[in-house]
Amino acid sequence: MNTTILLFLLQDGITNGAIYALLGLALVLVFAVTRVILIPQGEFITFGALTYASLSAGQVPGTIRLAMAMGVVAFGFDIFTSRKSLHTKLVLRALAVNVLFPLLLWGVLLALAGRPANVAANIALSLLIVAAIGLYLYRIAFQPIAHTSVLVLLIASVGCHLALQGFGLVFFGAEGQRGPPVSNAALTIGALRFTGQSLAVYGITIALIIGLWLFFGFTLYGKALRATAVNRLGARLVGIRTSLSGQIAFLLASVIGAISGILIVPITTLYYDTGFLIGLKGFIAAIIGGLVSYPLTAVAALVVGIVEAFSSFYASNYKEVIVFTLILPVLVLRSLAAPAVEEEKD
Amino acid sequence: MNRRLLPIFLFALVMAAIPFIPGMPPFWIVLLDNIGLAALVAMGLVILTGVGGLTSFGQAAFCGFGAYTTAYLTTAHGLSPWLTLPLSLLVSGGAAVFLGLITVRLSGHYLPLGTIAWGISLFYLFSKLEFLGRNDGISGIPPLSIGTLKMLDPGTIYYAIWIAVIVCALLTMNLLDSRTGRAIRALRRGHVAAEAFGVQTARAKLLVFIYAAVLAGLSGWLYAHFQRAANPTPFGPQAGIEYLFIAVVGGAGYVWGGVLGAALVVILKEVLQSYLPLIFGGGGGQLETVVFGILLVALLQLAPTGMWPWLVSVLPFERKRKRPDAAEPLPPRAPTHPDSGVLLHVDKARKQFGGVIAVNDVSFDVQAREIVALIGPNGAGKSTTFNLITGVLSATSGKISVRGKSVDNAPPQQVVKLGIARTFQHVKLVPDMTVLENVALGAHLRGHAGAIRSMLRLDRADEAKLLAEAARQIERVGLGEQIDQLAGSLSLGQQRIVEIARALCVDPMLLLLDEPAAGLRHMEKQQLAALLRQLRDGGMSVLLVEHDMGFVMDLADRIVVLDFGTKIAEGTPAAIKSNADVIKAYLGAVA
Amino acid sequence: MTLLSVTDAHVAYGKVEAVRAVNLEVRDNEIVTIIGANGAGKTTLLNAVMGILPLKGGVRFEGREVSRLDIEDRVAAGLCLVPEHRELFSTMNVEDNLQLGAFRIDKATAARSFERVYTLFPRLKERRKQLAGTLSGGEQQMLAMGRALMGAPKLLMLDEPSLGLAPIIVADIFRIVGELKAAGVSVLLVEQNAQAALKIADRAYVMELGEFILDGAASDIASNARVVASYLGFQHEGASGI
Repeated sequence: MNTTILLFLLQDGITNGAIYALLGLALVLVFAVTRVILIPQGEFITFGALTYASLSAGQVPGTIRLAMAMGVVAFGFDIFTSRKSLHTKLVLRALAVNVLFPLLLWGVLLALAGRPANVAANIALSLLIVAAIGLYLYRIAFQPIAHTSVLVLLIASVGCHLALQGFGLVFFGAEGQRGPPVSNAALTIGALRFTGQSLAVYGITIALIIGLWLFFGFTLYGKALRATAVNRLGARLVGIRTSLSGQIAFLLASVIGAISGILIVPITTLYYDTGFLIGLKGFIAAIIGGLVSYPLTAVAALVVGIVEAFSSFYASNYKEVIVFTLILPVLVLRSLAAPAVEEEKD
Repeated sequence: MNRRLLPIFLFALVMAAIPFIPGMPPFWIVLLDNIGLAALVAMGLVILTGVGGLTSFGQAAFCGFGAYTTAYLTTAHGLSPWLTLPLSLLVSGGAAVFLGLITVRLSGHYLPLGTIAWGISLFYLFSKLEFLGRNDGISGIPPLSIGTLKMLDPGTIYYAIWIAVIVCALLTMNLLDSRTGRAIRALRRGHVAAEAFGVQTARAKLLVFIYAAVLAGLSGWLYAHFQRAANPTPFGPQAGIEYLFIAVVGGAGYVWGGVLGAALVVILKEVLQSYLPLIFGGGGGQLETVVFGILLVALLQLAPTGMWPWLVSVLPFERKRKRPDAAEPLPPRAPTHPDSGVLLHVDKARKQFGGVIAVNDVSFDVQAREIVALIGPNGAGKSTTFNLITGVLSATSGKISVRGKSVDNAPPQQVVKLGIARTFQHVKLVPDMTVLENVALGAHLRGHAGAIRSMLRLDRADEAKLLAEAARQIERVGLGEQIDQLAGSLSLGQQRIVEIARALCVDPMLLLLDEPAAGLRHMEKQQLAALLRQLRDGGMSVLLVEHDMGFVMDLADRIVVLDFGTKIAEGTPAAIKSNADVIKAYLGAVA
Repeated sequence: MTLLSVTDAHVAYGKVEAVRAVNLEVRDNEIVTIIGANGAGKTTLLNAVMGILPLKGGVRFEGREVSRLDIEDRVAAGLCLVPEHRELFSTMNVEDNLQLGAFRIDKATAARSFERVYTLFPRLKERRKQLAGTLSGGEQQMLAMGRALMGAPKLLMLDEPSLGLAPIIVADIFRIVGELKAAGVSVLLVEQNAQAALKIADRAYVMELGEFILDGAASDIASNARVVASYLGFQHEGASGI
């Protein structure tokens, strides 16, 4: 093997690994706070990417309709659960968050449709739409069963994945899409060529990791989220709503997912079901991090990216087999490291 | 015909009659074939996930092993389908041994994630391997045939499928209602309690894993000869998720829930496929997964325990509660109770968790026919000491021996064989098993019937002895009235007493009780004390942890006081009460 | 004035009723204790009043019906529970635990709360950068009480604060409970250690098998023949019933 190929594969691996790191972090976050293993993370990626691609092509993406519909259902859930203690403020708040917000987004989309595309505006709108979907998803699918076992939540999570992937096919069709890059600049160092896009991937990944670190370490809401993760009952007893924590976690995860999607879509063609596989690789990283450790997850993600790059070069047919089998020894090690008497709670 | 078999017999009759109904659309028979195939896999998941607590998203892969084995051997090598049946089961079972050895070691949520991982991995493997036809798979698989009868149409293979379903359901029910079954059912509540009574949990988990895989393999074999073709799609992750969905819909803890779930889901999918396009125009086909996913989420919110429990509560079946008949008593466990000498010897036992020293070079003995109490504030290391003695934890240093035999690094299953039985500070009973079944788990090591004998119902004599012994111990602790109630419905105090009965079923030399009196009222505490004295006088020794000083001072022959992991005193109750160190560190100033 | 009134309360686990027909009242500036054997239903009752378990019957706090509110809304109303297992944020430090105790109140009040808690528990101030999970049992109990006080509750419910602690630390905890009353916080105290509880309480209820069988002034209860026989009798040696 020559050095150029080695460097090229490494670079490719690190770029993908950075994306997996973001996804892994989001999965760790969601699991820690809500105990949900977020299989639909993949759909946040697809929705983010394809919404951005549609907007760039001057179309109104189908995801906004989904956001509006889910918002209406979430509103119904909010009103139904608090039906015995309804007051005006609560209704207005639920209405604003669940119904007016997606309506407003829709209005903006209609107003912008047909005008020349602006990359920044499109990114912002894509993020907002996917964020809304993430928020309502928690409200509808997970909040009512938040107290149940990890297993039930996992099955529900799989259900959400199926439904959202189906919607992806309805909205975006079976055709693959690409989106415009964030930046067209390029930089050459020796034999390696860094595109503006890949630099953006590195920059945004690092910025997000630092941002999350600051959020969890130094803000009251960040600490409240951690507190919920450490001890749910304790958190409720000081007045932290676990439903609020769950919503924030899903909001962050969906935004992170969408950002990853937007970062990838200029590099690779994305189909309605690509997100699932990409998400699963973030998963492997998250699992290596034990679903608790952020730094370990980030490092593991880079390793996954590099292994994938090399196996697609040497045994492209078995790329997926290799990557997914890789997870088994890790799981065994993880299990051996887990404390023996952890099964007190069912 | 006994009452257990009657409903199944009726069900079999109805199923056998269905193809003879005049005007029966062939399409419905196909549907029933599919239901049967799914039911086989779901039944495996019921015992694996619902009963054993091991969630698998990868069952479809085992169907794949079954199907591809017969597909490859019958097409490439011309073997007879009947010859490939055992081979298919062997391959799926063998794959399960390999994957199971890894999978059952996974703890908590790592396990379902692991099954997703190898499920996806195997799917890609099936679709990449040359000799399995890659993505196109294998076609032209010969039909099943008996003599000249070729099972070409859905109506004839129907019988093969449903005979398999009913036979497997019977075998599975037999298995669950046995010594092995109790061990499997105890798995879900964590391995610590099961292991304390000698259950080899890793082996039991592997057993259900293989059992479920073989059922899936059987389904795959039937599928291959029903479709007469095999390709990767029906064995992928999506299908794996669907099988789990089926088990959850039906009721993951119930054998017939698997069959019911299969019926509901297969019919639902059929309805969705045929009617969604009518409602939504051409795009309906894509909406199938959407509706499917939404229904899954809705079901979990509305009926998390599945449809079978609901159906049973509506149907007029009377659940027969089991009270054991008199059976000849179990022989006592050898060696018999010693009359004197040191039974348990703890010598400088030490346990460190990272930098924290939970038990700091603690030494004490328990003599034969003696009640010793371990007291001290929470966090003093009492429960950790119990866990060191019973092999749940292994000591960092020091020696622990039972009648001179070292138990350092011995697993709990080994320690219980030496005649040491225990109860737990946090009650570890299986709440949806009756008191009798829970207590009978204590006699696990005194029975011998294995899984195969249980499935074939050849274990009845052995089983009757175990249940009779359990009933005897339940009477002994005074819970005869509650013998057929579900353990979860008893008060916490009573559950602690059930744990004592379960420990007595071991026929122990030494009984380790962790806070046995917590939750009991004054009268009940006195009864418990009387029982423990009676056991001591019968030759048993007792080591107990207890916070109720009145109870301890009254009952114990000797007391060991721990504080911050260190033994600070040992002696008779009278000596402990006046010991200056104990008063300073634990009891407080004498009022 | 009545702060908390519970009327005809029933709490069930499945089919088993752990609390039956209980009536309870806590007035302003009062320490009320519920004593009874382990398993009598005391913890169940407290958890139900806090909203952790569903309760059938009425719970009024400052005259307002709160039995349909979520835990978080009851916290906002001024009800606070220090649960049996303390439920601290074990991987976070003492200061973060306390700060989260003030999650629902404004910054200025929180600053005052910090001062008050550090004055009551100087030990916590010494250890404010230490992780909660590494504190000793007594310090953890102090942190749990401190965290509860951060939210400036009107009624503090303490579930077995002495559980598993050495008697010397127990004495400390009970002294502080007495000081809370002076600071204007009412206390509802559930204890197995009847002797210590009756010493600091104004009024007491005796619970057996899910029902209140006696209530009255703490001093009267302490001298009641039946209570002495079943709850105080065991502790005649001075061994606190822990």
